[in-house]
Amino acid sequence: MSRRANEGRVDLSTLSRLARLLIYAVLFAFLILFYFYPLTSILSLSFTPEGNVSLEPFTELFGRPRYLRVLWFTIWQAALSTLLTVALALPGSYIFARYDFPGKSLIRALTTVPFVLPTMVVSLAFTAVLGPRGLVNMALMRVLGFQEPPLNLQHTVAIILLAHVFYNYTLVLRIVGSYWSNLNPRLEEAARMLGASRWEAFRQVTLPLLVPSIAAASILVFIFDFTSFGVILVLGGPRFATLEVAIYRQTVHYLNLPLAASLSVIQILFTFALMTVYTRLQATMTLPVELRSRRATQRRPRGWREWIWVGGNLALMVVLLIAPLVALVQRSLTLGGGLSFTFYRELFRNPRGSVFYVPPAAAVRNSVTFALATVGLAVVLGLMAASMLDGRSTRVDVQESGDGSLLKTLWRGLRQLLDPVLMLPLGTSAVTLGLGYIVALDEPPLNLRTSPVLVILAHTLVALPFVVRSVLPALRSIQPQLREAASVLGASPWRVWREVDLPIVARAVVVGAVFAFTVSMGEFGATSLIARPERPTMPVAIFRFLGRPGTINYGQALAMSTLLMLVCTAGFLVIERFRVGGLREF
Amino acid sequence: MKRIMFLLIVSLLLLTACGPAGTPTEEPTATPPPEPTPTESADGQTVRIMTHDSFDISEEVITAFESEQNATVEILKAGDAGVVLNQAILSKDNPLADVLYGVDNTLLGRALEEDIFQVYESPLLDEIPDRFELDEQHRVSPVDYGDVCLNYHKAWFESEGLEPPSNLEDLTEPNYAGLTVVENPATSSPGLAFMLATIGNFGEDGDYTWLDYWNELSDNDVLITQGWSEAYYEQFTYGSGGSGDRPIVVSYASSPPVEVHFSEEPFEEAPTGVVVGDGSCFRQIEFVGVLKNAQNPELAKAWIDFMLGEQFQEDIPLHMFVFPTNENADLPQVFVEFAVTPENPILIDYGRIQENREAWVDDWADQVLQ
Repeated sequence: MSRRANEGRVDLSTLSRLARLLIYAVLFAFLILFYFYPLTSILSLSFTPEGNVSLEPFTELFGRPRYLRVLWFTIWQAALSTLLTVALALPGSYIFARYDFPGKSLIRALTTVPFVLPTMVVSLAFTAVLGPRGLVNMALMRVLGFQEPPLNLQHTVAIILLAHVFYNYTLVLRIVGSYWSNLNPRLEEAARMLGASRWEAFRQVTLPLLVPSIAAASILVFIFDFTSFGVILVLGGPRFATLEVAIYRQTVHYLNLPLAASLSVIQILFTFALMTVYTRLQATMTLPVELRSRRATQRRPRGWREWIWVGGNLALMVVLLIAPLVALVQRSLTLGGGLSFTFYRELFRNPRGSVFYVPPAAAVRNSVTFALATVGLAVVLGLMAASMLDGRSTRVDVQESGDGSLLKTLWRGLRQLLDPVLMLPLGTSAVTLGLGYIVALDEPPLNLRTSPVLVILAHTLVALPFVVRSVLPALRSIQPQLREAASVLGASPWRVWREVDLPIVARAVVVGAVFAFTVSMGEFGATSLIARPERPTMPVAIFRFLGRPGTINYGQALAMSTLLMLVCTAGFLVIERFRVGGLREF
Repeated sequence: MKRIMFLLIVSLLLLTACGPAGTPTEEPTATPPPEPTPTESADGQTVRIMTHDSFDISEEVITAFESEQNATVEILKAGDAGVVLNQAILSKDNPLADVLYGVDNTLLGRALEEDIFQVYESPLLDEIPDRFELDEQHRVSPVDYGDVCLNYHKAWFESEGLEPPSNLEDLTEPNYAGLTVVENPATSSPGLAFMLATIGNFGEDGDYTWLDYWNELSDNDVLITQGWSEAYYEQFTYGSGGSGDRPIVVSYASSPPVEVHFSEEPFEEAPTGVVVGDGSCFRQIEFVGVLKNAQNPELAKAWIDFMLGEQFQEDIPLHMFVFPTNENADLPQVFVEFAVTPENPILIDYGRIQENREAWVDDWADQVLQ
């Protein structure tokens, strides 16, 4: 009797070890084939101009004060942008976590729209609002009687910071907001009852519990700002350069691959170091917490104070994030001073019989197809990665099996490496990786240089960190007792996962999916480097229109941008409605 | 512990659900995704053309070539001209395409230095004036040209009662303070062309060099943008529909006819003007060539003949907004009516550009951006 039971257990644990092995294999194969292999190919080509390795570019680099200035600027503007974004978005996260009010999902969807807009379009929108003849300046001139536009933000650090907040606000709002909404408000209420002031209760009770999600969001925002490209070039103007901008210039304009590669290496090493520190800290700061269904944590604002608090934050979002979007839409509908749908009609015409004409429906279809494929792939790989990184169950396994310490160390080493490694694609210059694909993936069976599959793979590489960062805090917050209790009560492992883990991480998976969708919809760099012209996405179409003179082209770019915003908003709303297996969601 | 296993099962289910997109990552080496196979013609010939994002042409022109040659045309666009050239250089042993179109005279030096083209002397070169043929060895053939010039907003100057500029020097006059927007030569092709125009015009030596000119231009509050679109659509008073405040912009000599063509209302005259005085424009010439190690060199050569032929050449202006090099090609009506061409644009030897490009741009940045 006991033998049979034992056999059964052995089988199961072998099976689960095999399964784990397979997860490792799939994840690492993906990263090696589509990240490390292309990257090392282009880097080794760059560092061996005459056949032997030369590290001269590094010495050259540090001999030029220009590049030290670039490095310093890259770091401080990213740090400042991140601080500002978190400071502005934290109150917003609070009201989204704790209150329920009309139009909430729509507002949340709209705050994410900036994330998908190409910088050139955002620049148009910012000029329309903040430019010398923009809404704000015109209003100030009219109301206060200035002769000249009083506000001049063009090509300043201020507009870089504003644009970074515009783009990344949603990261904090969604990641922190979704985590916060499942925190049990009782803890804070208890502190209040024990005599803590509102601020004390927040600082001593809620904030420490929120730290993992704030850190996760901040690290994403920081890396995004650290590798900022379009915002710096277009809005910052010619006086500012980040490492990413310098890499692009050295590669594209001078084909100085050794110098570009050294800059790329510095950027990647910095990201890696940052992520390693973060990973260490994160492991110590995550606590299992008691979570509550959001239905129990959210309510209508009560009394005028709460309404003002909610209203004030919403007003900030409207001014900061939504007003530029409205300006774009308004321009796409204006021709000769009046309301007109001309630009939208023109989207459906191909008067010159161009071979590259993209019917709007086709552009939407291409974008959405790429985006959905990216969501599928990124969520699957992201769940695998997150469950590996969570690691608690693995530790138990290793202790149980008690085999060689070498293997144990190897496993642990791999797992600790995985977290920072997963983030590296975000810290890698798109132009470096793009050229890496051209150099590396040029022969069967991996002749993907001109394949649309490469677009999906590149998008997934960038989307993956978002899924991991969204899911991991939720996964780590699960109290082990919950799973044990379920097991003791006789639930099968499948049921434990379905009834305990899934409902808790479901919300976070949806957040990750929204970001994966967003990353893919808005991505332009990789798409333009590898997309074949017969599958142009919406951003590609926008760039085509913006590349030539003429009111109609300009208008069509705006109309297509409006379409992009609509499709994305619809996409967000649909994904958010998505219920994993019809479960009661938290 | 078992959780992972179930995660995996669900994951694999999802993976199969998301179809072909998911498969390659699962077992990347064993099952590569199918190469998208173009619909091949009867004798299965395909010519692949690598080009920049601005390339455009009529569908019927492509079809004409395909039926004439009984072949398929596949076009690969991969970023701006600089990116495309880099890709061609990095993949020269195993090229992405048979033909590269879109290398202009500012990039030609690099392309020839890297030796990516094979020699082909097209018989159609007889119909193209010698002044466009920059490579004596015929590794590349000139397809089209365009002039980068100052454009100005006619109505703005009329309403202000100010004369539009007539040469580069005018821009440094106090009357024109804060009126001009130009693109950064480090990041923009027309920006680079305009900088080259000032180098050709004012020279590198003497009492007053091109850097002195830029110094004065800076003092006169010139605005520098990253690229053409920001300059034209955000800062230029006409292109931005009023939200910009710069009535002078660096654009192309062909911009006015294009404005007329892409406008809702009919125009008597173009809304924008071009400064075409001697030495105020820079001429860009774009080339095509057969890549070394091309898979299908014969068809590639046929394609080059086709690009230089009248049908293709006449289709160029309204698709790419530049001028055909073939003298026999007729211009579309809107170009005949509204286009002005500078008689003496600046031309700088491509070898000299290649040699000095980085140094010039750095000098420019030191002077203008400090």
